[in-house]
Order: sequence, then structure tokens, then C-alpha cells
Amino acid sequence: MESKAPDLNEEQKPKINPLNDERVRAWIVQAIVVFLLVAGAAYAIYNTAYNLQKAGITTGLGFLDETAGFDISLTLVDYSRESTYAQAFLVGILNTLLVSILGIFCSTILGFFLGIIRLSSNWLVSRMAAAYTEIIRNIPLLLQILFWYLAILSPLPGPREALSFKNVIFLCNRGLQIPKPLWEEGFAAVPIVLTIAVVMSVFLILWSRARQRQTGRQFPAYLTSLGLMIGLPFLALLITDFPVSWEVPALSGFNFKGGITVLPELLALWLALTLYTATFIGEYVRSGIMAVDKGQREAALALGQTHWMMYRLVIIPQAMRVVTPPLISQYLTLVKNSSLAVVIGYPDLVHVFAGTALNQSGQAVEIISMTMAVYLTISLLISLFMNWYNRKYALRGT
Amino acid sequence: MSVKWKPKPSQPAPVLERGVLRWVRNNLFSSLFNALLTVLGLTIIVLVVPPFVRWAFVDAAWLGQSRSACEQMEQAGSAGACWVFIKVRFGLFLYGFYPEPERWRVNLAFIVLALGIFPLLIAAFYRHEKIEAAFCGAGILVVFLIFGVVPGIFSLFYLLSPYALPHVSLRKLFVSFDQLVLRWLIRGGVLAIWFLLLYFAVNVLGGGSTAASIALLGTLLGVILIFSKGLSVIAWRWILLFTVYPVFAYYVLLGAVFGLPEVQTHYWGGLFLTLVVAGSGMATALPIGILLALGRRSDMLIIKTVCVTFIEFVRGVPLVSVLFMASVMFPLFLPEEVYFDKLLRALVGVSLFYAAYMAEVIRGGLQAIPKGQYEAAKALGWPYWKMMGLIILPQALRVVIPGLANNFLSLLKDTTLVAVIGLMDVLGIVKAAMADAEWIGFTAEAYVFAAALFWVFCFGISRYFMRLEKRYHVSYR
Repeated sequence: MESKAPDLNEEQKPKINPLNDERVRAWIVQAIVVFLLVAGAAYAIYNTAYNLQKAGITTGLGFLDETAGFDISLTLVDYSRESTYAQAFLVGILNTLLVSILGIFCSTILGFFLGIIRLSSNWLVSRMAAAYTEIIRNIPLLLQILFWYLAILSPLPGPREALSFKNVIFLCNRGLQIPKPLWEEGFAAVPIVLTIAVVMSVFLILWSRARQRQTGRQFPAYLTSLGLMIGLPFLALLITDFPVSWEVPALSGFNFKGGITVLPELLALWLALTLYTATFIGEYVRSGIMAVDKGQREAALALGQTHWMMYRLVIIPQAMRVVTPPLISQYLTLVKNSSLAVVIGYPDLVHVFAGTALNQSGQAVEIISMTMAVYLTISLLISLFMNWYNRKYALRGT
Repeated sequence: MSVKWKPKPSQPAPVLERGVLRWVRNNLFSSLFNALLTVLGLTIIVLVVPPFVRWAFVDAAWLGQSRSACEQMEQAGSAGACWVFIKVRFGLFLYGFYPEPERWRVNLAFIVLALGIFPLLIAAFYRHEKIEAAFCGAGILVVFLIFGVVPGIFSLFYLLSPYALPHVSLRKLFVSFDQLVLRWLIRGGVLAIWFLLLYFAVNVLGGGSTAASIALLGTLLGVILIFSKGLSVIAWRWILLFTVYPVFAYYVLLGAVFGLPEVQTHYWGGLFLTLVVAGSGMATALPIGILLALGRRSDMLIIKTVCVTFIEFVRGVPLVSVLFMASVMFPLFLPEEVYFDKLLRALVGVSLFYAAYMAEVIRGGLQAIPKGQYEAAKALGWPYWKMMGLIILPQALRVVIPGLANNFLSLLKDTTLVAVIGLMDVLGIVKAAMADAEWIGFTAEAYVFAAALFWVFCFGISRYFMRLEKRYHVSYR
């Protein structure tokens, strides 16, 4: 019996229209995308070159060595009218970092407070925290910055009628005036002693951990080291007879002389960033604590831990694992939000560099790229840190 | 002999263990620390709330038409808010410098939008055809009565055609031609004739420069009609919202056609501009974000690289710098002759910026969908876009509703940033209104008003999305 079964050895390739082959399609699509991108970029570059040439602007970073010729109201490093654009760039970066760090510090404290308070069994304060969160985070940050700056700080009385606290701290429409510490001879002992205290504390903590692991006996290492870090420098101050004097701001003419002036722009930005960001941090903290399984809580209490121990040893370490990633990206958001400084004239990177310097030099492409590069670098560093953190602390296995 | 045991009547609970006092003790004074917190909280409330209420309501000046009304109040010894300022400038806050006789056009555009979008928002929960039809009918009547015949006829078509279009099945007509080439030729021919017909009809009606775009729009709808297989009423509503409505709003707001005077975008402002930026931002950022997210998860290396680079770049820089770039660098990229409207630059900036954030949220959703769903779709032999559109994305978007809501809210709040590049959104207008010599010194009122406005919008959106989230909550465990 001869059957006409198909010969399996003979390779039978069905004829496919190459357009229906997934790989061919993928290449065609990608080729089109590359072509469009290259063509678009070439078009943009050609036009940019033409437009710049017509406007008589030379491209390149040479302008950085030219004299900037404008003043900046807040400089953390030496800067004057005669300084270069590069120095203005640096001043801008430092000012951005200044307000960001201040904001991050305060909003973290306020945010943790809000998050914990919102979970408290106290009906009144938990409702208050909820109300605060719902009100503040539904109002644009820019509006809040402008509100603090234009509606609260600007209408304050002038230096002559400044609000004063015991004639030491003054608040007026020129900003907050606070005393400036002047270090005298012998003060160098304090930082040295503080360093010694820190080192001692580290060793103390390591020792107490090792001892607890071996013998189970506990030692109040954190409290002791706190005492060391406050007590030793204070002792040093006592011995050297307080070599610090305060330069108190005093009214002279139409303005204050002496002391440190916190610009109203900085105050407004700092306040608004803190109050706004804290609501988000509070929510992360709340969700982090709530994410810890109820069983953990019950187990800790069943082991006879006090509430304080339960929080410190069981809840918070687990909650932090949930809280930290969004917390860090919220910090990044805060750094980016600090660029809103431009609307009230706080001299941050965007205002000084992408604003004033750009208008003066006309080097739009370079300046915008440099500004963006700074923010990109910061966010890259933060995401590197995040990746490291996730690798180290993420739950494994499950 | 039996002794009947009579229980004593039970005593009432101690005073502290019942009623209000019990609640107060348990919730406010359960421990020393809690008591302290309560006292602190009460102090803050007493310090903040009564002065604010007095400033904003009790002592505030509500009546009058000019500054003198507020000054009289002030001299009478009350230092309350001057809401007269807001009242007098209300039109400015809503419409910016849009010329007063033309403001009905803004109203028309927004009423038609509301009529078009409400059935969709409600349909997310339940669809009640009779109520929907009654709503549309009432809406059409309102448009007829307020704006006249032509807008009325437009809204009639816009709102009622979704009921008719699902029954128009042009697909069958063309499928009957069995030869592939012939089928395509006839489809193309019909569309071309349709295009030309529309073009000339609009020209005859006096559409002028709009003819081409309206004819293109009509042709696009024709393409959908020819190739789709019985779309639902809701689908048609979405299609019209994303095709017909933008064209309509563009011409109504900008004018210069059909006898409407031109109102250039630098007259646009106030809440109106804020909503234009927010609305077009939301409507464009989400689709672009979906494409970016799909690209990021694609197997095609080049596409993936492009998408990842774009997303990470945009997410690393602040919106302000993107807007600066849009306003300073976009014009450099284009030939001199091309005028690139300032508003358009801001819109492009905002929507690309938020597209990157949307993409990250959607990527999370795509990753949360079990692999089996992808495999099942592929096993059925479904092509990529069908698999994504009908199986993966509907599930992925449902998972990420909270993230999308967050992004929509940030977008709405960040529209205020367009003031940085000189557009007159609510904040820009507030600032301009404060610079008016007659009304100097009412900063707080203006900002409190703007804050209240934003708060209402943001809170409303967040509550809507919370309901949506509950409605579509699905557990994968």
C-alpha cells in the first residue's frame, strides 16, 4: 500500500509575505523611527545654527569665562559683578542646594510628625492632620510660594517697625534678621571635642551591640552618646569661658546692619516647599506604617515588648523599607520644585542662570542644556542611591 | 418553698464610661500624651480658625462695586477681606483678557465639553440610557436657548450622533467585494469623494480656511466607520470627544472663521486658560504616555532605547526648565518664517513632560498584568495592537488608576507654571489684577480665591478617581 504521505524530511517552508514576518516588521518600524529622529534632529540643528548665526551668537562654552556683570542677592561663595558666568553658575547651584537641603530637612520632620499623628488614636489631632494634608496638597505649590511671598512677607512693616523678638531677632519686609555667631580664640576646641564625642559614641554603640549579642545585657548606648555629644562640647565651652559672641542685628539708617539676613524670597520658598512636601511625606509614612502586617504588632506585644520597643524594633524598621523609596523620590521632586524660585526672584540655578544669564548672553542652547544637566546629575545620583538601597533592603525570596 | 430570686436593678455605668464623656475620654484623653496633644490641637484651632473666619466672612466686605466699599469697612474698624475686588474682577479671573462681547464663545466651548464628557464620566459607573438621553436633550435645548440655532444644531449632531453611528455599518458594504485590490480601490474612492464633498460644502457655507481641516476630520471619521466593527455608543462618544470636539473648540475659541472675530491666544487667560492647558495636557499626555510605556517594554532595541532615554531625561529635569526650553529653544529649532504660538509651545512642553510620568505609571500597570494574559492573547493569534488594546491595556490601566489620578492632579496644579513663561493663567491674571492701581494691596484675597478655586477642582478630581478606583478594584491574589 503506497500512501502519499508528505515527506517529512523535505523541508516545507510555507511562503510568507516578508511584510508579515514579525522580525522584518520590527526592523522596518525601527528604521522609520531612526530616520524620523535623525531627520528631525538634523532639521532642528540646521535651523538652530542658521538662527544663531543670524542673531550673531557664537556657540560654545566660551561665554563662561566672560564677566557676568550682574549682582546676585544671595551668594554662598565669593561673587561680585566682575565675576564670570561660570561663577554665577556655581552660585546658582549652591543656592538651589541650600534651599533644597533646608526644605528636605524641615519637611522630613514635619512629614513624619504628620504621618504619625494621622494614625494616632487621638480623634482631634488625627482629623487635624488629615484636614491639613487635604487642604495643602490640593493647592498648587506655585500659588503657595506666591502667597507666602506676596501676601504674607511683603506686606510686613519695614525695618524701622520690624517685628522683633527680644530685640535679637527681627522680621520685616527685608527678611528675617538673626544674630551671627562670631568665633573667638579658643573656640576651635569645641569642634575638636565634638569630633572626639562622635568617635566615642560610635565605639560605644559598637561595643554595646557586641556585648548584647554575647551576653544579652543591654546598655543605653544611644542615650549615652547623645549625652556625650551635648555634654562634652558644653564642657569645652565652660572651660574656655564661652569664646562665642553674637553679632546682633541692629537698625542703622534704613536697614539692619550685622547679623545674618535670611532673604524673604528664601523664607517664602523654604516655608512653601516644607509645608507642601510634608503632606506627601506624611502620606508615605502613614502608608508605610499601615503596610506593616498586623501580626507583627501582635507578635511584638505578645513577646512582652513595650509600645516604644515595638515601634523601634519591629514597626519602624519594616515601615522604613516601604517609606524610603517614595521618600527619596519626593526629595528629588523637592529639588526640582525649588526651581519655582524663579517666580519670586530667589536666586537659584534657574533664576540666575537660565534667567538672568540667558537674557544677558543669549546663549540659550548652552545655558538650558547646562541647567538641565545639573538637575539630571542630581536625579541620576539619587536614583543610583535608590538602586543601591533597594538591593540592600528589599525583601528577598518571597 | 421556693424563693424567687430577684436581681437588683443594674446600676448605670460610671459617668466616665458612657455617652459623650466616654467618647471624649477614649478618643481625646486616653493618656497623658494624648491629652497634651488634644490641648495643643485645640490651641492651634483657636489660634487659626476664628481669626480666619472673621477675616474671610464676618468682617469681610461683600457689597459694593469699588475700592471705597472696602475702605469704608476698614475705617469702621474691621480689617476683613475685600471680596469686592474678586467680585469686580470676576470676569477677568474667569476669561482673562478675552474680549467681553466674545466671551460667550468660551462658555459655548465649555458647555459642549461638559455635555460631551459627563455621560462618559458617569458611564464609568453605570449607564442608564434614558437618563443619558434626557441629559443630552436638555443640554441641546440649553445650547439652543442660550447660543442660538447654529451652535444648537452642532450640539444636536455632536450629542446624538453616537446613538446613530453604531447602526451605520459601512464595513459590510465593502466586504462584499471579494477582490482585495478592488475593495481597497473602492474604499479609497469613496473616501476621496467624501473628502471633496465636505471640502466644497464647507467652502460654500463660508468656512474658508477651515474647509481642509474639517474635510480631513470628516474623512477620518469615515475611515473609522468603514473599518470598525460596530463600535458602542460610549466608544463613539470618546471618538467624537478626541476628534470633532478639539476642532470645534479650536475654531470657536480662536475665531477668524464663520464670521467670528479672531481672538489671538495672548488674549486668552484666567481659569479658562488653566482649563485649556490642563484639559489638552491630560488628553494628550495619557495617549503619548501609553505609547512611551509600550515602547519601553518593547523588544525592539532602538524603540526601547529612545523611549527610555526620553522618559528618564524628562523625569530628571524640572517642568520649569522644560517650559523655558519650550519657550526659548523651540523657536530656534524652526525656520524664522514659522510662527510657533506661545500657548502651543507651553502645551507641547506640558504634555510631553507629563507623558513621561504617565508612561512610568502605566509601565507599572503593564508589569502587574500576569504573563498568562499576554500568552493567552498570543496563543489566540492576536496581533500586537489588538492584544494590547483589548486585553492588556484595559487591565493595566485599571490597576494604575491611583497613579494616573496623582498625575492628573499634579498636571492640573502645575498648569500654574505656565505663568513663568508669561502666559496669563489664573495666577498670571491674579498678578496682573493686583498690579491695577485701583486695587493695590489685596494680595491675600486674590490668592485665597485662587487657592479655593484650585482646591475645589483638585479635591473633586481626587474624589472622582477614588470612586473609580473602588469601582474597578480587582484583586489578583
